[in-house]
Amino acid sequence: MSKLLTRRSLVTAGLVTAAGATGIGAMARYGLIPPDYATPFGAGETLTYATQRLLTSGNSLAREFTRSDISKIPIVNGPAPPDEAFRRLAADGFRDWRLQIEGLIERPASFTLDELRNMPSQSHILLHACEQGWSYIAEWTGVRLSHVLDQVKTKPGARYCVFMPYPNPQQTTGIIRTQFESVDMADALHPQTILAYGMNSETLPADFGAPLRLRMSRQIGWKNTKFLSRIIVTDRMDLYRKGAGTWYGGI
Amino acid sequence: MRTGVSSASLDARVSAIPVTDEPATGISAIRTTQRLRHLASVRVSHWLFATGVLGLIASGSGILISHPRLYWGETGSVAMPSLLDLPLPMIIGPSVWNRPIHFFFAWFLVIGGLVYVIAGLTTRHLRKDVVPSKADLRWRPILAVIWDHVRWKRTSADEAWTYNVVQRLTYLIVVFVLFPGIVWTGLSMSFALMSVFPFMVTVLGGHQSARTLHFVFASLLLMFFLVHMAMLCLVGFKSHVRAMITGYKPQEGSAE
Repeated sequence: MSKLLTRRSLVTAGLVTAAGATGIGAMARYGLIPPDYATPFGAGETLTYATQRLLTSGNSLAREFTRSDISKIPIVNGPAPPDEAFRRLAADGFRDWRLQIEGLIERPASFTLDELRNMPSQSHILLHACEQGWSYIAEWTGVRLSHVLDQVKTKPGARYCVFMPYPNPQQTTGIIRTQFESVDMADALHPQTILAYGMNSETLPADFGAPLRLRMSRQIGWKNTKFLSRIIVTDRMDLYRKGAGTWYGGI
Repeated sequence: MRTGVSSASLDARVSAIPVTDEPATGISAIRTTQRLRHLASVRVSHWLFATGVLGLIASGSGILISHPRLYWGETGSVAMPSLLDLPLPMIIGPSVWNRPIHFFFAWFLVIGGLVYVIAGLTTRHLRKDVVPSKADLRWRPILAVIWDHVRWKRTSADEAWTYNVVQRLTYLIVVFVLFPGIVWTGLSMSFALMSVFPFMVTVLGGHQSARTLHFVFASLLLMFFLVHMAMLCLVGFKSHVRAMITGYKPQEGSAE
């Protein structure tokens, strides 16, 4: 009896291992493994990311609200960089500011604020929620990120977009505004994902990410990088922000 | 317990399980003289639930303390009136590292729930051991159980082999109301998922309503957990934890 059990358990273990390996291979093939899969809670991250990506495949649109829903007082989380260089740029209406795009693209380019404003614009009234628990509704105006990426022609291997804020992309001193973030192409190319230069029918205020910020409809607050300066299109998984938090953010 | 009607089906079923014919040493010696108390699927899902709930309460507290104010509707912040200000300090930061921990342990609850419900249906554990009999679903037998507890009346050995009507109702509420409720309200705070299932959050009244209800379900689960622990200590911590691990309970008076 024990022999039978051993054989059976061996076969079971073999099948489970094979199924697991096949499953993980298939998940990697379809881009269902997040860059932080190997972190202490990476198993949960992977399950969450894979499940959400399978359920949200296609460009499912987040809820939009009406002008009357817009919150009177939106919350500032991480005010504008206090340094002199940023203030000089802001005082000048960000005339000397450029959005640089590089990485896996055919035509590396940089855009001025006016060039971005002259691209087709779209507005979305979205709920913005922080993982801490608070939320507000605001209207955001900008150019669709996929339109900008079309201008520079992303190469076929592109898997992630990394968003670098002003001024120092590597400065991760625990202040949210100075942290860079990355998202997968599903979020980057989503029709409600915009590079916003306007908020509630006005120019994007400095504390909310002027001159340009990322605004995604299907993501939590902190994924929407403010004070953008650079976008890197990449296929590298190791370029995400390594920290205590989750990469996908999900749920 | 004078309800009498509730089934002793677990006994009937497990007494039919042939006992091992291995030499009577160690655990197998106990097994030959013991009846199976908890099915393997119940034990596995129980510990998945226990791990999940403890991890979720701990990490959830870390997230809650980042903004211990509750609101109703879609929006809420320090600039808006709250529904309830919890008497907790507001500490910014823990939500960052508690978030992945929270989602990690949420999967224990989801997988445990699937194991429990699927096995509960296929082994008929749910129908036989958890769903109360019609005769028990009246105020008299329910109050009788409560009254017995108030009087600290010990259950007889036979009665202790089955769940009483109050236990059955409590487990049903935990598995089929609190667990789905906490998963529903949790998922309702997901922007990505609500782009596919927007009705899940709109029927609740909005993002902040979902968060508030998530807190309510969490509080009810915490209450269940505390009562569960209190009862466990009263009836014998060691023997019952052991029964939930091995499936068997040491003989009366032998291990406590």
